[in-house]
Amino acid sequence: MSKKILIVGGGLAGTIIANGLCRQISSDIRKGDVSITMLGTSETHMYQPGLLYVPFGKIRERELFRQQRKILNKLIIFHVDPAANIDVEGKQVTCASGAVYGYDYLVLATGSRLVPETIPGMAEGAHWLYDLDGARKMRDALAEFSGGKVVVNVNAPHKCPVAPLEITFMLKDFLEEKGVWDKSQITYTYPIGRLHALEPVAEWCKPAMDESGIKYETFFNTREVDPQAKTITSEEGVTLDYDLLVTIPPHRGAEVISESGLGDGGWVPTDRNKLLREGSNDVFVCGDTTNIPISKAGSTAHFEADTVIDNLVSLLTEGRWARNYDGKVFCFVETGLKTGTYVWFDYKTPPNPGAPSQMIHWFKLAYNRLYWLSARGLL
Amino acid sequence: MSERRIIDARGSYCPGPLMELIAALKLLQVGDEVEILSTDQGTARDVPEWTAKVGHETVESGDKDGHWYVVVRKMK
Repeated sequence: MSKKILIVGGGLAGTIIANGLCRQISSDIRKGDVSITMLGTSETHMYQPGLLYVPFGKIRERELFRQQRKILNKLIIFHVDPAANIDVEGKQVTCASGAVYGYDYLVLATGSRLVPETIPGMAEGAHWLYDLDGARKMRDALAEFSGGKVVVNVNAPHKCPVAPLEITFMLKDFLEEKGVWDKSQITYTYPIGRLHALEPVAEWCKPAMDESGIKYETFFNTREVDPQAKTITSEEGVTLDYDLLVTIPPHRGAEVISESGLGDGGWVPTDRNKLLREGSNDVFVCGDTTNIPISKAGSTAHFEADTVIDNLVSLLTEGRWARNYDGKVFCFVETGLKTGTYVWFDYKTPPNPGAPSQMIHWFKLAYNRLYWLSARGLL
Repeated sequence: MSERRIIDARGSYCPGPLMELIAALKLLQVGDEVEILSTDQGTARDVPEWTAKVGHETVESGDKDGHWYVVVRKMK
């Protein structure tokens, strides 16, 4: 009897898992002993971290996209048919088209989405770069910007936790290059009592912001934006004026998760070591979709995906568990338009970022292309 | 009926206990509670400081079995 693996989601996590499985069990798939089916929402696959460069004109849009079918191993069955209902009791997924797919093992990799509409005035008054449309609009706004008050506003929860800092420092360099920095002022706001969730990163960036003349406001959780008055107000009672508002909107998980009763806010309760849905032994959860208190980032998805691959292969071929996820995360941090650093940590090792350098910035630029090897399960 | 949700943020360096708490409160109803577990000693100080600023209630906090815990009630 053929074993059916069903992957819901065609982002980085789902794609690495699908391709990684094929690299290890291709002979079983060819014999018909195993099948891998992916349910995606788009024909194209976007390199999301590349959006960081769009507002600053540092990347061409076409570099961000590949055809998902071409990234996937030919042995994978791929449907662009978004999941509409996930039934983990009945072990089946119903899609928007009405098609129903059963499974022996299910992988939930449905990712996260922006919900600026949950904060009054934010969608109307703010710019963001976490999706292509937003990044294009921010690029246009920056092209017209001739100086003034800029607020870079961070909301919880959000993915890619170093991106807000990258945006801030790159924005400063951009305004300098444009020749309007002397007429501008950047204020960075953050939800908790320091400038970044990672304490060593917060300790590094505070003097860096002081030296750059970037102001900051901590304990700032956005209550509302007034697009007419051009003000942003926090739950803590602070109001800031702005001429240009750049926000990292709050995120939620996929609607199909919450609507299927699998987790409030679209986040699936997940065992932090096994990456199995709590209460299931045949439902893996990977990437932003989990509720694990860990960074929602591409590298998290990558390291988790490697763990899921090993365990699925081991369960299918040896009938046993292979290994646990150790909480590893690795993130590049662009510290301007010409320098970068990196940070890594796991459940037992605290982060310790190094000094920024041009070489790490270049390596990050190289990774912008190496990403496609990661998605193919080669890197 | 109000509920209490537990967030086990022990060993979580990023986004960390307070950010997890802020995100969780957005999904809860007024009167619901969150108990956050943390191995970061700063949690016992940061969380009550934030709840006081924003108008939520710290119900209890302390340490047990080698970790810190704080219970917060959503007030608005």
